Amino acid sequence: MTPLLAVSHLVRDFKRGGWLRGGGTVRAVDDVSFDVRQGETFGLVGESGCGKTTTGRCILRLIEPTSGQVVFRGTDLATLNARNLRRARRDLQIVFQDPYSSLNPRMRVGAIVEEPLIIHRIGTRDERKARAAELFGLVGLDPAHAGRFPHEFSGGQRQRIGLARALALNPSLVIADEPVSALDVSVQAQVVNLLQDLQTRLGLTYLFIAHDLRLVRQVCDRVAVMYRGRIVEMAPAEALFGAPAHPYTRALLSAVPRVSPEDRTVRVVFDHEAFRPLALREVATDHLAAVE
Amino acid sequence: MKSQTPFAAFSANTVNSPPDAPLLSVEGLQTVFTLADGRDAAAVSDLSLSLRRGETLGLVGESGCGKSVTALSILRLVMPPGRITAGRIVFDGRDLLTLDEPALRKIRGRRIGFVFQEPMVALNPVYTIGRQIAETVAVHGLARGAAAKARAVEWLEAARVPEPARRAREYPHQLSGGLRQRAMIALALCANPALLIADEPTTALDVTVQAEILDLLRDLRASLGLALLLITHDLGVVAEMADRVAVMYGGRIVEDGPVSAVFHSPAHPYTRGLLACLPDATRGHRLVAIGGTVPSLGHFPPGCAFAPRCGDRLEECSVAPPGITALSGDSGTGRTVRCYLHQPSSGGGA
Repeated sequence: MTPLLAVSHLVRDFKRGGWLRGGGTVRAVDDVSFDVRQGETFGLVGESGCGKTTTGRCILRLIEPTSGQVVFRGTDLATLNARNLRRARRDLQIVFQDPYSSLNPRMRVGAIVEEPLIIHRIGTRDERKARAAELFGLVGLDPAHAGRFPHEFSGGQRQRIGLARALALNPSLVIADEPVSALDVSVQAQVVNLLQDLQTRLGLTYLFIAHDLRLVRQVCDRVAVMYRGRIVEMAPAEALFGAPAHPYTRALLSAVPRVSPEDRTVRVVFDHEAFRPLALREVATDHLAAVE
Repeated sequence: MKSQTPFAAFSANTVNSPPDAPLLSVEGLQTVFTLADGRDAAAVSDLSLSLRRGETLGLVGESGCGKSVTALSILRLVMPPGRITAGRIVFDGRDLLTLDEPALRKIRGRRIGFVFQEPMVALNPVYTIGRQIAETVAVHGLARGAAAKARAVEWLEAARVPEPARRAREYPHQLSGGLRQRAMIALALCANPALLIADEPTTALDVTVQAEILDLLRDLRASLGLALLLITHDLGVVAEMADRVAVMYGGRIVEDGPVSAVFHSPAHPYTRGLLACLPDATRGHRLVAIGGTVPSLGHFPPGCAFAPRCGDRLEECSVAPPGITALSGDSGTGRTVRCYLHQPSSGGGA
């Protein structure tokens, strides 16, 4: 089965910031390849600066990749011109981490949710209004609140608005970049459940970018761990969490604070100095790791 | 850790109060903020907690529950439009609410150290970290000049900052988040306090760095005999670090007790919900979400603040806040809860 999204050899370099530092480039994403299969939730995890967010944005070309291919439904997004890219993006949407900065504070939330429809010239004014109301219902918001502004909503509700906007065009793939990490713990679960319900109802595929390993384990089918711009391990969630093969994955898993004493594991410390960028190899069926 | 660590220079933490008295005891604290519309709202209400020497209390809650205001109140750092309107804060035998600013300055930083979530805000960007620590050491009269500078390097080393002598000459912006938090810890401990208040000390950090900082706090706590008031929203951090936990919601402590007992058999519906909604590592399994949203200051409901979100709500819950009930039985030792379900009169059992 061809994957819905195939990322291969993706590279993104950034110029080192500031004239004081004397130029040079940093490779934020370094030869990243992975497939996302139809209907699954694929997790991209790692610590800050590992390149997971840049990878997500390169897929949408919100950041232009330096090199590499991003094949979505058989089309290489990296080669599309602006017009065809816009068309392709209908089917490929993103939900951002921060529900406070990702919604325009001067727009009514109804207009925010309708905006993608306007941009893509879909429907009449009345049809768009009706679609927005439907989307509000879908994400568990009261359609009567469409005339309100973002600041009138809590963080969890704002994230629902961001999700309604992402779903307006009926995408098949949603890139969720830390969708709940700005929310209170008791509200996170609501949004996670909503994401899972929507996946079942709408047949969505998720690329789930997160740093919270507990959450990734809960929602993802397959997981790739990134470190210094590279994927160091990729496997079905059960295998990755049950039998991590890369020393960095082991260190990451062992660092998560556990609520129940029975779950505690011996801490593994990763030697950052000793890291060598090795190629991924199969350590078990469907389980790749960058190890000797 | 090497033997010439700076704490060898001190005798053990000197305390004035008798050894069996709590080091810190907060009783009936109320801290009120005047909102933009002129109304007064209590960010912290009727809050009581105590901390013994060498003990760690985890104060947990979500945003706006009053946990940081509690910390600032204990340090007497609440600024207008906020003010403390009731209560007692007895630290080592003295009520901090009766002290004037000069007396407080001898306690803040000296007897009570503090670490905040954002070291970039708490550290002064225009001085090297070595100078900031040396100055603190000097202000509290512990050493001066070159000796204070040497002490600063020793404390950075104790906080496991690599190459401490070189790092002492660097500015906060030159350090990574993890190193900055280590520098902040060195600064907080350099006057050898008896109590450390740490407000979300690892929240801004990556998980592997968080684990290192928690290890560091654990080791320093043991070697210095520190009492630790650890404020966090992360139940995992509490489970790994604290002896006792106090759960806050809507400005009040709703449940309090030994960590293992509270997490094993939570008594308050909010604590139960909070534990239940954590990802439990079962793929596909639905999380048990608490409906509704966390109330913000000025919008705390009358009665129990959790009532609108509570599945076990009784009629009286929305009328007046419940009082504190001590739990009984084997699993109830040293535990209190603020919930009508546990009040003997309402027949809720427990």
